[in-house]
Amino acid sequence: MLLNMGPSHPAMHGVIRIKVIADGEMVKDCDIDIGFLHRGFEKHCETGTYTQCFPYTDRLNYVSPLINNFGFAMTVEKLMGLKVPERCEYIRVIMSELSRISDHLTCVGASAMELGAFTVFLYMIKAREWIWELVEEVTGARLTTSYARVGGVKGDLPSDFDGKCRSVLKQTAEVLDEIDTLVKRNRIFYDRLRDVGIVSKELAASYGMTGPFLRSTGVEYDVRKATPYHVYDRIDFDIPVGRRGDNYDRYLVRMEEMRQSIRIVEQALDQIPEGPTNVDAEGKIIPPNVMADLGKFGKTAGLLKNEVLIEPTLEGTQKRFHDRVRADSKEAWIPPKEQVYSNIEALMNHFKIIMLGHGVRPPKGEAYGAVEGGNGELGFYIVSDGTDRAWRVRCRPPCFPIMGGLHEILVGDQIADIIATFGSVNMIAGELDR
Amino acid sequence: MISTHSRLGDDTVVIANSKILEVARFLKEDPELAFDLMIDLTAVDHWKNKPRFEVVMHLQSLEKNHRLRVKVPVEGSDPTIETVSSVWPAANWYEREVYDMFGIVFKGHPDLRRILMYPEFEGHPLRKDYPITKRQPLVGPKD
Repeated sequence: MLLNMGPSHPAMHGVIRIKVIADGEMVKDCDIDIGFLHRGFEKHCETGTYTQCFPYTDRLNYVSPLINNFGFAMTVEKLMGLKVPERCEYIRVIMSELSRISDHLTCVGASAMELGAFTVFLYMIKAREWIWELVEEVTGARLTTSYARVGGVKGDLPSDFDGKCRSVLKQTAEVLDEIDTLVKRNRIFYDRLRDVGIVSKELAASYGMTGPFLRSTGVEYDVRKATPYHVYDRIDFDIPVGRRGDNYDRYLVRMEEMRQSIRIVEQALDQIPEGPTNVDAEGKIIPPNVMADLGKFGKTAGLLKNEVLIEPTLEGTQKRFHDRVRADSKEAWIPPKEQVYSNIEALMNHFKIIMLGHGVRPPKGEAYGAVEGGNGELGFYIVSDGTDRAWRVRCRPPCFPIMGGLHEILVGDQIADIIATFGSVNMIAGELDR
Repeated sequence: MISTHSRLGDDTVVIANSKILEVARFLKEDPELAFDLMIDLTAVDHWKNKPRFEVVMHLQSLEKNHRLRVKVPVEGSDPTIETVSSVWPAANWYEREVYDMFGIVFKGHPDLRRILMYPEFEGHPLRKDYPITKRQPLVGPKD
C-alpha cells in the first residue's frame, strides 16, 4: 500500500513528504521528498552584500539562529583574516550554547509530544521561553536575531546579563531533571524509543550524518572538539555518546548535551574578560540629531565625551562598549555612532562599509568554516571574487545528510515508528531546503 | 592530480575530471587517509571562465581527524562527471542537489532527479546566467 505522509502532517516539523510503501504496519520502502521550503538562500547571498546575508542565516535553523549567524561571520572572518576580540569570542560561545539548549529543548519536547507526553512539551517550551527572553535582551529579537557582524557582534551584553543568565540556567537544569523523572523511565516512552530507528556507526558515517545522530552511535565527533573554534579549547566539557544508536540513545545524548551546554555557559561566564571600555565620566547622553547639529556647526570640542541616545534595539553599541565586541579593522568595522556624528573620518568609514558598491570586501579566495549546530556540523563554504558580494555561498545544512539516509533507518520499522524516528532527526525545514 | 594548495588552512587538491572515481576510492580506503565522512559536495559556477564549473567536496576522517577539500573542474559545454555515490552514499542527495541547481550530470548516479525544485522547473537556478528576478510559478501538476 502506498501511503503519503505530508507535505502537511501534524507530526511533521516542517513541510516534507514521505512516500511509504507499507505492508500492513511494516514499512517496506520509502521515498523522501523535500524542497517545499526552498527560498533560494544561496542565490540570495550571491546578490546581497556580506552584511545583508545575516538576516538570511537567521532563517536557516530557526530554533538556533545565533549559531548560524556566528558560523557565517566566522567564515567571512577566516576569509579576511580578521581576529575578533576575546570578549566577543566568549559572547559567541555563550550565545551559541544558549541556542543549542533551546534547539534541543524544542526537539526533545516536540518529539515527546508526538508520543503523547504533552506535559514534557509544555515544560520544555517554558524553559525555552526563559532562554528566548534572555536572547531578546541581548539581541533585541527572539528569533530573527541577526546578532553577529563580520568582525564581531552587534553589541555588548547587557549589564545585568550575568546574574539573569545564571538563574535561567539553574531553572533550566531543574526542568531537565523534572523531564528525566517524567519520561526517562516511563514505560511507554521507553518502549517506543528503545531499539527503534537503529543507526549503525558505518551507516551514519557513510551518509555523512553528524551531531547527536552520529554521537548516538558511539562516535565521538564534535566540531567543537575536533577543530576547536572561538574559545572552546579553553573550556572543559564532555561529548556524550550513545551505544546502540537508537532513538532512546539520541534522547539521552540530547539531554546530556544540554547539561554540558549549561556547564560551558557557566564556565564562559566565569572566564569572560571585561575588555576595554571607552568611558568618559563627565559625558552626557544626548539625542543623535543634537549631536549631528553640534558637529555640523563645528562645536566639536568635547563632543566625543558625550554619549549618543540610541534606540533600545541597538543597546550595547555605544562607543564605550564598541572596542569590546568589534575587531580592530577598518575593513569590517563600523565606527560608533558618536564618532560618525562628530567627525568626518568616521563618517567616511561608515559610508565605506554601508553604501552600495563599497561594503565588506574579503580578498579573492575561498574558505570553509564549520560550527557545531544543533543537529550537527553546520558549514559555510564561501568563494569570494574580491568584490562586496560573495561569488558563491554554500551552506552545509546538518539535516540534509540525515534526511538523505533516513529511508535506510525507517525501512523495517512500523509506520508508527516513523513519527518517533523522524522526531529524533529534529528536521528543520528552513535549513534543509534553504 | 592537477594542483594542491592549503590557503587559509584548508588543504585543497584539484583532481582531473576523468580520475575522480579512482581518487575517491583511494581517499576512502587508504588507511593513512581514511576519509570516511563526506561533509559536503557542491559546485561553483565560474561563469565566463574556463572550465566553467567546479565540483567541490569536503571530506573528513573521523579516525585521523583531518580534512581535505577536493576540487574537480567540469567543462561548461559538456557538464558531466562520474558519481561518487558508490563510495560515499551521502553523495547521492548532494549530487542530486548539484544536478538540480547547476545542471551538472553525474554519470552512473542511481537516482538523478531534481530534489529542491519541482520536476516541471526549467533551468538551473544557481547558474550565474539564471536571473534572480525570474519567476516560474507552478500553477498545478501537468498530468
